[in-house]
Amino acid sequence: MFDDGISRSLRGLVAAVAVAAATLVPALAQAQGKEQYFGIPSYRVGPFAAGGTGFFGGIIDYLQYVNMKEGGVNGVQMVWAECETEYNAARGVECYQRLLKKGDLQMHIFEPLATPIAYGVLNRVDDDKVVLTQYGYGRSDAADGRVFPWVFSTMTSYWSQASAILNWISTKEGGVDKMKGKKIAHLHLDSAFGREPLPVLRRLAKDWGFELIEIPVAAPGIEQQAQWLRIRQERADWVISWGFGAGMNSTAINSAARINFPREKMVGVWWAGSEEDVLPAGDAAKGYFAAANVPSGKQFPLVQDIEKVVYGAGKGNLSDPKRIGNIYWNRGVTAGIFWVEAVRNGQRIANKRGQMLNGDEMRLGFEALNLTPARLKELGIEGMLPSFKLSCADHEGAGVVKIIQWDGAKWNSVTPDWVSSDRKMIREMVEESAAKYAAEQKITPRKC
Amino acid sequence: MAGFQFFLEVLVTGLLSGVMYALVALGFVLIYKASGVFNFAQGAMVFFAALSFVGFMELGAPFWLALPITVGLMALLGVGIERFVLRPLVNQHEITLLMATIGLTFVIEGLAQLVWGVEVRRLDLGIKDQPLPWLADNTGLFISQIDIFAAVVAGVLVATLALVFSRTKIGRALRAVADDHAAALSIGIPLKRIWALVWAIAGVVALVAGMLWGARSGVQFALVFVALKALPVLIIGGFTSVPGVIVAGLIVGAAEKLAEVYIGPMVGGGIESWFPYVLAILFLLVRPEGLFGEKIIRRV
Amino acid sequence: MFYREAGQFRTSYGQDGQIFPLRQDRWAMLALLAAAVLVVPMVASDYWLRALLIPWLIFSLVALGQNILTGYAGQLSLGSAGFMAVGAFACYNFMLRVDGMPFLVALVLSGLCAAAVGMAFGLPSLRIRGLYLAVATLAAQFFIVWALDKFGWFKNNDPSGVITAQPIVILGMGFNTPQEKYLLVLGIVVVLALLAKNMARGATGRAWMAVRDMDVAAEVMGLPLMRTKLQAFAISSFYCGVGGALFAFAYLGTVEPSAFTIDMSFRILFMIIIGGVGTILGSFLGAGFILLLPIFLSVLFHAVAGKTVDASITSAVELIVFGALIIVFLIVEPHGLARLWQLTKERLRLWPFPH
Repeated sequence: MFDDGISRSLRGLVAAVAVAAATLVPALAQAQGKEQYFGIPSYRVGPFAAGGTGFFGGIIDYLQYVNMKEGGVNGVQMVWAECETEYNAARGVECYQRLLKKGDLQMHIFEPLATPIAYGVLNRVDDDKVVLTQYGYGRSDAADGRVFPWVFSTMTSYWSQASAILNWISTKEGGVDKMKGKKIAHLHLDSAFGREPLPVLRRLAKDWGFELIEIPVAAPGIEQQAQWLRIRQERADWVISWGFGAGMNSTAINSAARINFPREKMVGVWWAGSEEDVLPAGDAAKGYFAAANVPSGKQFPLVQDIEKVVYGAGKGNLSDPKRIGNIYWNRGVTAGIFWVEAVRNGQRIANKRGQMLNGDEMRLGFEALNLTPARLKELGIEGMLPSFKLSCADHEGAGVVKIIQWDGAKWNSVTPDWVSSDRKMIREMVEESAAKYAAEQKITPRKC
Repeated sequence: MAGFQFFLEVLVTGLLSGVMYALVALGFVLIYKASGVFNFAQGAMVFFAALSFVGFMELGAPFWLALPITVGLMALLGVGIERFVLRPLVNQHEITLLMATIGLTFVIEGLAQLVWGVEVRRLDLGIKDQPLPWLADNTGLFISQIDIFAAVVAGVLVATLALVFSRTKIGRALRAVADDHAAALSIGIPLKRIWALVWAIAGVVALVAGMLWGARSGVQFALVFVALKALPVLIIGGFTSVPGVIVAGLIVGAAEKLAEVYIGPMVGGGIESWFPYVLAILFLLVRPEGLFGEKIIRRV
Repeated sequence: MFYREAGQFRTSYGQDGQIFPLRQDRWAMLALLAAAVLVVPMVASDYWLRALLIPWLIFSLVALGQNILTGYAGQLSLGSAGFMAVGAFACYNFMLRVDGMPFLVALVLSGLCAAAVGMAFGLPSLRIRGLYLAVATLAAQFFIVWALDKFGWFKNNDPSGVITAQPIVILGMGFNTPQEKYLLVLGIVVVLALLAKNMARGATGRAWMAVRDMDVAAEVMGLPLMRTKLQAFAISSFYCGVGGALFAFAYLGTVEPSAFTIDMSFRILFMIIIGGVGTILGSFLGAGFILLLPIFLSVLFHAVAGKTVDASITSAVELIVFGALIIVFLIVEPHGLARLWQLTKERLRLWPFPH
């Protein structure tokens, strides 16, 4: 009787192990004609799932749109597979390995939207010939394509964003000379992400003469009382809210309300500038500013077309179609645009119209990304992205943001044009940092 | 702003934060007291409760209907946990039970996200998260209205529970079960029903904590992490004392905020992540079972 | 039938004290090791090596450390991920700042650093026990990660706050391909596992188990309590530290302090509970279970549901099934996989006879 229980569970265990082993052998996919395969390391559960479902949903919707509307790129269908990373480095690395090959197809672009995962695969992308895109996060010095040939920080890195935010603040104050003596508080998540803009902020504090108050918040950041009391005591003029996760960001807004700190003097990083971040704060969030690399809204022709074509046919990826046009979804769509443009460019450059691209060709295609105003209009995203181009040495491209403000119901752009960072200063810092990395890792930068 | 006034503000804010931690810790204490299980899933239960409440309101139920429905749901969850997780694991080592509750955390988190989705939601209790006007005008102290409301609610809850435990028949049964399961069984106390009841009450406490935290920070996944804030409170107060939870909560909240404001800048800030735990260790070195915990008598 | 024990006599104390007293067991173990060293690197795909086998070996090592502390010495600890972090960053700094430091020496030194930190955070165990100690060790976890994150010196002032592990070079040979890394990790883990097994079988292990079962009685008997407990913390943290260094160097390559989360500490504790508390084999089995189960679930659900079901739903269901399976497993076999294996072996020794 005791033995029976054990035998049963033993047999069950053996069966489970056998099934597991069988499923882990990657199934051979039939190469159905011409396909370009993408691996999508999404996170759809956990503390950041709200953003993840929006972003990755946007990418998938755009790929679906290209397939449906144009039959793919020159007849090459976009195909993809997902893998849940839970925003976790180990899971992300496993997803990377699992998604890398699908039968005969290999993925050549990897966008985890997660700093720990990007770092986890940074050392592998060179050998595997995979473009790591780091869309708006990750290593700022990856903008130097000579040291990081396979890593990109399209289209605006953290350093550029910090510089752009300060440029905008200075215009609100009446000029750079008026910044002298002001107090800017950098309220940030106490992590590498939060400290990333510090080199830029500290340098500008020195150059412009304002006082930088660095205020870290321990994760997960749902308790910020002590930090805001300090802000009150220091009488900060502006607060840059560099947080991640709806809990931390909405708490920042609420805590500001508690000490009657004007929300109009807060500027959030783009991870603190989505609908999910401000909704829980309710009315307290009115007037709050944030930087955006892609503004929200459904006024763009492409967005409306995707809604009509993809969601009209019931193939939309978002479970709640009301999220079309939200910040994360729009950002995802533009990520999809980068990928497809890379494929188009790659096919043109390598003379492989209508065929699959390999890693080197995909990278060439990505580096040839050139979104001119005319092209933006063609794609139907005028105003959604700035006009920029990448190159072998410049893996960032734009270095600009839009400043948006929450009015209680939606985000509105307050800068009709894009706010730029100090390109020269940032590029200088990028090259210095990349050179240091190359020296430490004994990499010879390539010639461009 | 005057130094002393600022200190006072930090202190009061800290005390009120501590009350919020104590609310979460209360659920832990209830379950540990009655069944000897350290329920790690309490954080997930707080999340699930708040999410269900907001979910029901979104489905159209008004506030006064959604509340009892969610209470019922949490009670049902409690009964289910007792039946399917605890009963088969009766008499196992406490580590096994702890691990089972951690497994339960995954189940509840997954269930919450499956049923209600992953979007962030707003919880409006009708009380503004703004400084109390007359206090601000008269003393210059900014104390949020929600914090004060939470303190009152917590006080009422603790007082009620303390009364229930000491005065009512059910409370006596609960204390008997906490003391010795076998002895309680032998005098006819229905063990399984008591456990189900305790887990249901803990679920309701989780709902209250979830609603208050949700009103402050929004109802989203990060609510699960409030459990980590409650652990130092539990250690300092002792796992088995209901009034101890409030006292410990006040201590932890105040100490944490004061440390962050006054000591934090000297070492670079962000010390809130570990300071309560180090404080707890210091308390434990003096009183290994917490301030009000039962002394564990070990026989050799 | 498998175990023909007739004719196997042990004629010396040495023979009596072997880890594998039965000839069949010795041969099986040798065959397993031979397969692991010779066959696997040739046959296994990149995915298997990089994403499954190497992390499994590394986490088995860390689980071994945790088992020594919690399984053998009975000190419930939740700080293993923190000690891993100490090991990883120590190894990086030794390789960076000491010219010509051999990798293996750096590995041992980083283990010793972790051991020192472990001893420091193990001091409360002299006064606190049980669940209180578990929560107190969380202080180690949070403090270590905070300190590594805060002070840029640990990361050589990298602007992104991460460390990028140097390539591994031992005696002039580079260990950079997945196969080479796998063999290196395998070698280190086998050596350390053997050491652990011998420690557990010997006087050290007996002292730990005495402390676990009833520490007051052990003290009365004359066992130096403080030394035993701190020794357990030190050795356990050594293993975790070496595991952490390998985690950074042979697995991820680039690591930030907040990668060593409390979630990881919990998973490590899971590994030893599911694998079997107080056993060496249990560490390996548990690590395999906890690492592979989520992947298996994920692959299964994608294969079964795939395009038809929303990916958010499959992700949530994976989480639920993972948690449920853990609970079911704890109910069915609270002593873990090692016990299942032990029972199987007993049956095999008798088979086909019933007793």
